[in-house]
Amino acid sequence: MADILIYALHHEGTFNKNSLGAITEGARLAAETGGQAHAVVVGQEIPDALAATLGDYGAAKVFKAEGPEGLAQPVVDVMAQVMEENGVQYALFGGGLVGFEAGAGLAARLRAGVTMEVTGVIVEDGKLIAQRPILGDSAISQSRYRDKGIIVGRLNAFEAKTSGGSAEVVAVEAEPSPQAARAVIVSRGEQRGADVDIEGAGTLVAGGRGLGNADGFGLLEELARAFGGNTAVAATRAVVDAGWYPYAGQIGQTGKTVAPKLYLAAGISGAIQHKVGMQSSENIVAINKDANAPIFEFSDLGVVGDLNKIVPKLTEAIAAKRGA
Amino acid sequence: MKICVLVKEVPDAAVTKRIDPSTGRMDRSGEKNLNPYDTHAIEAAMQLKEGGELQIDEIVAVTMGPESAVRALHKAVSLGADRSIHLTDPVLAGSDVAATGYALASALGQEEPDLVLLGQQSDDGECYTIGAVVAEHLGMPSLTQVVKMDVTGEAVRCERQAEYGYDTVEVRLPAVISVGDAINEPRYPSLKAIMGAKKKPLQTLAAVDAGIDTSMVGADGSQVRCGEFRAPPQKAAGQIIEDDDTNATVGKIVAWLDERKLI
Ligand SMILES: Cc1cc2nc3c(=O)[nH]c(=O)nc-3n(C[C@H](O)[C@H](O)[C@H](O)COP(=O)(O)OP(=O)(O)OC[C@H]3O[C@@H](n4cnc5c(N)ncnc54)[C@H](O)[C@@H]3O)c2cc1C
Ligand SMILES: Nc1ncnc2c1ncn2[C@@H]1O[C@H](COP(=O)(O)O)[C@@H](O)[C@H]1O
Repeated sequence: MADILIYALHHEGTFNKNSLGAITEGARLAAETGGQAHAVVVGQEIPDALAATLGDYGAAKVFKAEGPEGLAQPVVDVMAQVMEENGVQYALFGGGLVGFEAGAGLAARLRAGVTMEVTGVIVEDGKLIAQRPILGDSAISQSRYRDKGIIVGRLNAFEAKTSGGSAEVVAVEAEPSPQAARAVIVSRGEQRGADVDIEGAGTLVAGGRGLGNADGFGLLEELARAFGGNTAVAATRAVVDAGWYPYAGQIGQTGKTVAPKLYLAAGISGAIQHKVGMQSSENIVAINKDANAPIFEFSDLGVVGDLNKIVPKLTEAIAAKRGA
Repeated sequence: MKICVLVKEVPDAAVTKRIDPSTGRMDRSGEKNLNPYDTHAIEAAMQLKEGGELQIDEIVAVTMGPESAVRALHKAVSLGADRSIHLTDPVLAGSDVAATGYALASALGQEEPDLVLLGQQSDDGECYTIGAVVAEHLGMPSLTQVVKMDVTGEAVRCERQAEYGYDTVEVRLPAVISVGDAINEPRYPSLKAIMGAKKKPLQTLAAVDAGIDTSMVGADGSQVRCGEFRAPPQKAAGQIIEDDDTNATVGKIVAWLDERKLI
């Protein structure tokens, strides 16, 4: 029998979809060991009624603590205390940045084993075993824990399902650790740049650092226009952080998850954190000058070449085809 | 003030990474390089030093790894670090993420840094988390994936992208900060710096020198065992076009899209 504690990330009145997926997964796993799944929320004045909704995803109890949102160390303080006081053996996080940080900090605090980017968890002899793709997803390794285990899921690895349950909300107070008290969140969730909509698009033309500079997105805007209809331009974190394209158009770990009919990448390497946001696309086409780029591992059509030569001609050809 | 920068030696990106079936660990033979993400951390340290808001007396590069890892330190020094520390000991082999972070924190603790900088991820391990482990052991606040740092008195105002957009966090020093690769454009080392790198002080530490409890490191001290490697579910390989003649290439792309009714 093993209990599992799952972190639920909260923002402006809703819980993160990946956290909800982790609760569903945690409830399934705990039941298999004969234990229970509980959730943890840390935030400012989160209503009990909202916290209780986590029961619908499978949480038996919701441990609710007051604390700043968007920072990992306050979460570590609360989760470490709840796990120790209640003899909880495992912690589970959905994909997300705060989850990575909190999971790692918790492993250090509790002297537990930790595994990142987990895509599957199984139960064997009442213990959890985590499966993680490694080396650019070329192999999967299994993690077994000596005692306590911290499992951080990959983005979109666990699907949220409602079961109609309701949870008991338990208020907890944890003394902030000195380190937690020395970081202050000044602002959270700032949107930078224009409000582009990539989630509704049927075709996405995505650009990365290979575009060379912000002007490179001009090429993609033209290509998108040639496709016409429901087409939008998207981007990687590298270029959003560089200020070449708005944050609202970013795909991946800390951006949007999309699944268009066609995803066409130009100058994108295909890092895991990008891949997790677009791998469910129906058709994946990639243009990259490096034949070894990871994106070719999961493309349906890979074009090895210079996007500066290919994209303008492709735009012309598609426009001509559609005009015909 | 003192900045410690964590650096790691990783297999060259051009070399295919693989697991050595006999040991179940990553095959670390072959070409090695300084983890490219760590060059951004060194550059960030240099810019803080040159920026002058903080009086930085020293930048110290720190690594944990086998003998060959000194090359990563030489590279770090050629990029601007003043000296380096090499934590190396057979007892450390096979350490998991938590044990590695603990060992690094032990070595760092002795240096009493005001700021620890590290890269957003190691090219081989890809855990994005050493920073959070190190910070917990050092009792310091921490933040990862930071793409902008501004010094405001005793604190550093950091910006990074998290789940809902950009967050701004003020972190009081001493702190542990991992930097994203968009934070700067690392400089190239000068020939003189490359030549001089081997002359800068390099301290080699064994586990006991760093005050490490050896029951907490190495394969035996690690809390997680990784293994039982297997291949992921096979996806049918995609079609590849080499662009020799762009008109022909574009013709093939359009035909492919047209066949699937994507235009
Ligand atoms: C915790 C965390 C969260 C992250 N979140 C995200 C996220 O949400 N979204 C995301 O995208 N990334 C995210 N990342 C970053 C991710 O790891 C990669 O760094 C990023 O996706 C790389 O972007 P890129 O492909 O544009 O750049 P690069 O990796 O630099 O790739 C550029 C590519 O362009 C090719 N190229 C260059 N010139 C040309 C040319 N002329 N013609 C054709 N090809 C060319 C190159 O061969 C190269 O493959 C995250 C990382 C971490 C650690
Ligand atoms: N063995 C090591 N020695 C020194 N620094 C390391 C080591 N492993 C990881 N790091 C640092 O931690 C960062 C993140 O690595 P990782 O958590 O493995 O993705 C790297 O960019 C390095 O700066």
